[in-house]
Amino acid sequence: MTTKRHLHLAPWIFTLGFFLAWEIICRVLKVSTFVLPAPSTIAQAIWEYRNQLAFHAMHTLWMTLAGFGIAVAFGLLLGMALGASRLINAGTYPLLVGFNSIPKVAVVPILVFWFGVGWVPPVMTAFLISFFPIVVNVATGIATVEPEMEDVLRALGASKRDIVFKVGVPRAMPYFFGSLKVAITLAYVGSVIGEQNASNVGIGNLLTRASAAFEVPLVWAALVVLAVLGVVMYVITALIERSMTGWAQRSDMAAA
Amino acid sequence: MTTFVDIQDVTHVYARAEDGAPAVQNLNLTVREDEFAAIVGPSGCGKSTLMKLATGLQFPREGTVIVGGREVGAPVKLAGMAFQNPTMLPWRTTLDNILLPLEIVEPHRSRLRKHKAEYVAKAECLLAQVGLKGQGHKFPWQLSGGMQQRASLCRALIHEPKLLMLDEPFGALDTFTREELWCVMRDLHAAQKVTIILVTHDLREAAFLADRIFCMSARPGRIVAEREVEFPRPRDLEITYSAPFASLVQELRGHIAQARAAA
Repeated sequence: MTTKRHLHLAPWIFTLGFFLAWEIICRVLKVSTFVLPAPSTIAQAIWEYRNQLAFHAMHTLWMTLAGFGIAVAFGLLLGMALGASRLINAGTYPLLVGFNSIPKVAVVPILVFWFGVGWVPPVMTAFLISFFPIVVNVATGIATVEPEMEDVLRALGASKRDIVFKVGVPRAMPYFFGSLKVAITLAYVGSVIGEQNASNVGIGNLLTRASAAFEVPLVWAALVVLAVLGVVMYVITALIERSMTGWAQRSDMAAA
Repeated sequence: MTTFVDIQDVTHVYARAEDGAPAVQNLNLTVREDEFAAIVGPSGCGKSTLMKLATGLQFPREGTVIVGGREVGAPVKLAGMAFQNPTMLPWRTTLDNILLPLEIVEPHRSRLRKHKAEYVAKAECLLAQVGLKGQGHKFPWQLSGGMQQRASLCRALIHEPKLLMLDEPFGALDTFTREELWCVMRDLHAAQKVTIILVTHDLREAAFLADRIFCMSARPGRIVAEREVEFPRPRDLEITYSAPFASLVQELRGHIAQARAAA
């Protein structure tokens, strides 16, 4: 019982402790706000700019979710193709890895050439940066179906499609949800990069303008808002995961 | 009785075999309809290859495989399979696992949705036969290894296969559970008209269950001895402690020892 309560409290205590330590260091060492504002200063800035922050955060949230949604759909489809066919897997892997190695900041100008400044570049950047882990994980889940299970079904006359949909896809779900947790945070990185370079709204754009004007507390306030949004989305993904793949989280290790 | 599985002079080399050595060579084997055949042999003798050949998962390089009067050129569709590993899908309940073959095999595949209740009743009946009455709603990982293996037998039988292939199905179980499952298997065979090929390392298991036992040689596998088992049915576990049973097991052991020495 007590261990369980400790586990529930631990994230709050650690987070509060982190900000408390930060505050104390800033005050004791008299760190300039320009270098590192104390959490209290950042909190003040958040309150002061709350309307502006909320507006831009909502925009960023939309960009992120749109890009993430496309990444999920695309990642699932491509992952299924890669997992089901060794030929497609072998053929496309170098391309995928090569593409994933390109820093997405470098792709944003190209997106601007194509689509102009607006909502498309942030959404596309979020998509491009977050689909790769989904593809790899779904493909792994499908490609690692037990050969005996495959034999049982093939001996019944099951087609490749049957095996992929009856066994491969459900089996890949824990991998899929694991990758979603990585992908959702990556999607934030993507949409903010897109907004910084090719949008007139969104937290990314706010960051660019605030740093150009040396409004350091506002920059930090924007970063904190981003982090909080990221945590909230992560938690939602994790909750969905737990309700969908409870069968995969039955070991004591997952429960502890 | 008519021949159901006829393997004639079959040699098989896996496409992936690095040395190109055959897994089985000049293999001859016939199993009659509704017969319970057991195949024993030293490990790595190609018993699993034999299973794959008979179910149409692999096609022989030479020779012919005839199952149910037709030469095998594709997965046979009338077979059920069970392995040492129960391979239950953890996201399905035990009952849904057992119904899985019906989602694949015609004519059940197109009937399943409309006649679900009928099929569920059939699955429940099978569960009761293997001693798992009322356990269908549980997930397989909530069952013990022996119970999972029973469920796996139900899955292999749900679509009323003509041919049941068992690849060391009781290999991973403790002695008591294994003997219990022998009796389950014996009763299932008595209740349903089905040809069974059991691949096993356990000579007592083969002698207790089978009508006929084939001994295979070491790789490349072929049949070195064939032995009818004449104990009357229904057999009781007690017979495994009788003198004729012991001498049969000893005789089989001799064949295997010879096959191992020859390798």
